[in-house]
Amino acid sequence: MNAPAKTKLPGSLDSNRRLDQWLKFETDNTVTVYTGKVEIGQGVVTAMAQIAAEELDVTLAKVRMVAGDTVLTPDEGHTSGSRSIDEGGSAMRYACAEARDLLLKAAAKQLDIPADKLSVEDGVISGFDRIRKVSYWQLPHAELLAREATASVKPKAASLHSIVGTAVQRFDIPDKATGTPRYVQDIEVPGMLFGRVVRPPSYDATLKSFDAETIRKLPGVVAVLRDGNFIGVVAEREEQAVKARTAALKSAHWQEVPIAADEAGMHEYLRTRPGNKAAVMAERTDAAAKARAKTTLDARYTKPYIAHASIGPSCALARIDGIRIEVWSHSQGVYQLRYDLATVLKMDLDSIIVHHAEGSGCYGHNGADDVALDAVLLSRAAGGRPVQVQWMRDDEFAWEPYSPAMTTDVHAALDESGTIVDWSVEVWSNGHSQRPNSITTPSPVSSLLSAWYIENPVARRPQADPPMAGGGGMARNAPVIYALPNERVVAHRVEEQPLRASALRGLGAICNVFAVESFMDECAAAAGADPVEYRLRHMQDPRARAVIELAAQKAGWKAGAQSDGASGRGFAFSQYKNGYGYMAVVIDLALEPDPHVTRAVAAVDVGQVINPDGVINQAEGGIVQAISWALKEQVRHDRARVLSRDWETYPILTFPEIPTIEIHLIDHPEEKPLGAGEIAAGPVPAAVANALYHALGVRLRDMPLTREKIAAALV
Amino acid sequence: MSESVSLTVNGAPQTVHAETDTPLLYILRNDLKLKGAKFGCGLGQCGACMVLVDGHNVMSCEVPLWSVAGKSVTTIEGLGTLKEQHALQRAFIGEQAAQCGYCMSGVIMTAAALLSKNPDPSEDEIKQALARNLCRCGTHTRMIKAVQRAARDMRGAQ
Repeated sequence: MNAPAKTKLPGSLDSNRRLDQWLKFETDNTVTVYTGKVEIGQGVVTAMAQIAAEELDVTLAKVRMVAGDTVLTPDEGHTSGSRSIDEGGSAMRYACAEARDLLLKAAAKQLDIPADKLSVEDGVISGFDRIRKVSYWQLPHAELLAREATASVKPKAASLHSIVGTAVQRFDIPDKATGTPRYVQDIEVPGMLFGRVVRPPSYDATLKSFDAETIRKLPGVVAVLRDGNFIGVVAEREEQAVKARTAALKSAHWQEVPIAADEAGMHEYLRTRPGNKAAVMAERTDAAAKARAKTTLDARYTKPYIAHASIGPSCALARIDGIRIEVWSHSQGVYQLRYDLATVLKMDLDSIIVHHAEGSGCYGHNGADDVALDAVLLSRAAGGRPVQVQWMRDDEFAWEPYSPAMTTDVHAALDESGTIVDWSVEVWSNGHSQRPNSITTPSPVSSLLSAWYIENPVARRPQADPPMAGGGGMARNAPVIYALPNERVVAHRVEEQPLRASALRGLGAICNVFAVESFMDECAAAAGADPVEYRLRHMQDPRARAVIELAAQKAGWKAGAQSDGASGRGFAFSQYKNGYGYMAVVIDLALEPDPHVTRAVAAVDVGQVINPDGVINQAEGGIVQAISWALKEQVRHDRARVLSRDWETYPILTFPEIPTIEIHLIDHPEEKPLGAGEIAAGPVPAAVANALYHALGVRLRDMPLTREKIAAALV
Repeated sequence: MSESVSLTVNGAPQTVHAETDTPLLYILRNDLKLKGAKFGCGLGQCGACMVLVDGHNVMSCEVPLWSVAGKSVTTIEGLGTLKEQHALQRAFIGEQAAQCGYCMSGVIMTAAALLSKNPDPSEDEIKQALARNLCRCGTHTRMIKAVQRAARDMRGAQ
């Protein structure tokens, strides 16, 4: 007999269907709320608490959050792609609304008052008389929640919200402002040792000789692990581990293999790989419109490898108790990490526990998962004792997976009036994800760095590229939402990875929006039109028009304003993934002593806002990071090695270079919440390039937009 | 060689036993269990490990233990606690001046050194004072506002 097909439930409730996976009422009159989405500096755990408190009608003070734990929380996949509020928030909303309804019905029976005559105040259910009452905690809550969700109870209407939509203070910030231990780096367990990794000088090097014995004799050294091309050291004290690493780096001799291309040749190398596979990602044709073409424009835009460059290097703690492995990690997906660890260690999933612990800033797939394997390998080498491994600064810069180098070509044809009648985009890139996941493969694969270097290596997990239905990866935002009669987008997927690459905030949108929004300005210039008016001329989406108009108005945009030659003003717009948050931004750029942004004014529409301060914080941060990419950032390398190994060889924007930032939020309480973490990734670099063009009439199409490139273009 | 070194940390006398070239950061985090100062680069380039030594802000990852013998070290834990917050901590929480927060304790310590010398800094003076503190999440504008707010509160309290 076939089981009846299960109804589709909202968001991640669909794959985590039991209500007691989401919440539990505790004996101390609090409610523990479990979320698979984790805090990576974006405030999402506080937002989940707001959602739960809102639906349950309890105050935030009664809510305790548990996030990302393979024993305790639902598996909600990765915390990534600005999907947390959408997937995790909708699940939380429905689970809590249904829990409240079940409790209310039980209370109705007990109080002998119809459920629709009851109200809830901070978890206490009462009738109008306020005399007959019962609290959630006095009801058989465990029994009531031990069931599958049906999503049949409608969550509250936005107009009734009193917690969602308010600027609640984040739960984690007081600890972080007072130095109270909270990060994975701060966790100490009894008997804990310190581990460090000893990486090769370049990706494909093989170890020729290494004197482990000498390193073992250094003060405090507990273990030196050489496993194939993986070396790690463990010591009683942290500084002893660091010294042992330094000595091991000197002792190890490697046979190196050159990197396939240097910086200057990288884009051409990637574009010309014989195995590149082309796919049409979007296509719309209107022959009559195309026939009106009078002038054509073509341009090529490029973006280098960009590093996550988190301030705190990746860190993990692992211990092995008999056959059980316990790991603390700042991974974005604890279940996916567990799966990958089990593959590499050839163990059952059940013998590995992964707890999420907060780490330094996370903007995508960084070293968090990799270092978790390092910690397990080194704990095993130390007889299972707990080992904390933190990468050193050069480990992080040289070995993290970067945002891949990309090329985006754009072609347009304009009619007599300057209106776009034909448009095509061509993209070359690696796939934008090589994260751990729980998908079964014919033979074992792993995303974890050290798995590729040990004596019995596990093959690299093939790159993936998110499908266009989910927003795409390399072709993310290559299609535009302007109303264009003809559009064709082709993506050339490159398999070779001269440098390690995976997901960074915005994925392909960084290069693609840099390209298409720079090119919109090029088309506007060819048409003799104002960039804002030109965008509006091609835009029908009312919410897009609203952010474009609001940003222009708030910034005091003046059509036809002349530059003084020392500064310029640029505009850009994008709707993230063409279905998520909208941002329009005006950038003021000054050129002396070095190009720097003096002011950024953005209009933002992310649908329903859960926490306005959180959205503004994310938008501001996204703008600063994207300005940094636009003006400064590039992973330096030559044919031999990655050369960006510290903050001098990978500079980022500093305090004196920070502009004034204004964010203007358009709230749509009745619309879906859309996520704010990545909306700035695309439009900001384009607006910087457009500001530079306005200032000097120079069009730079290769990120970063440095003083040297400006000087070269002016000659 | 391991030696005993005495110093004052957050007002209390401490004697620690370690190699004298051990970076102060590891002594604070591992021997004294003060986890507020963070390891960021170990190269004196990012400021995540900033503490005060005799009132001056220094990067504790490149300060050897021997050099602080007999000196007075203040960490973020010494400024204030969860229950009794320093004006800077209150202001950073009030302004929600963090995303990941990993750089925050270093920024607050630099700001504490600034405000002790200059109780009413301009925005530009704050930016210049924080030039060696890196933040990757892009929370700079909020942190600048938080320093201004703390400066106002501290002037008002005098």
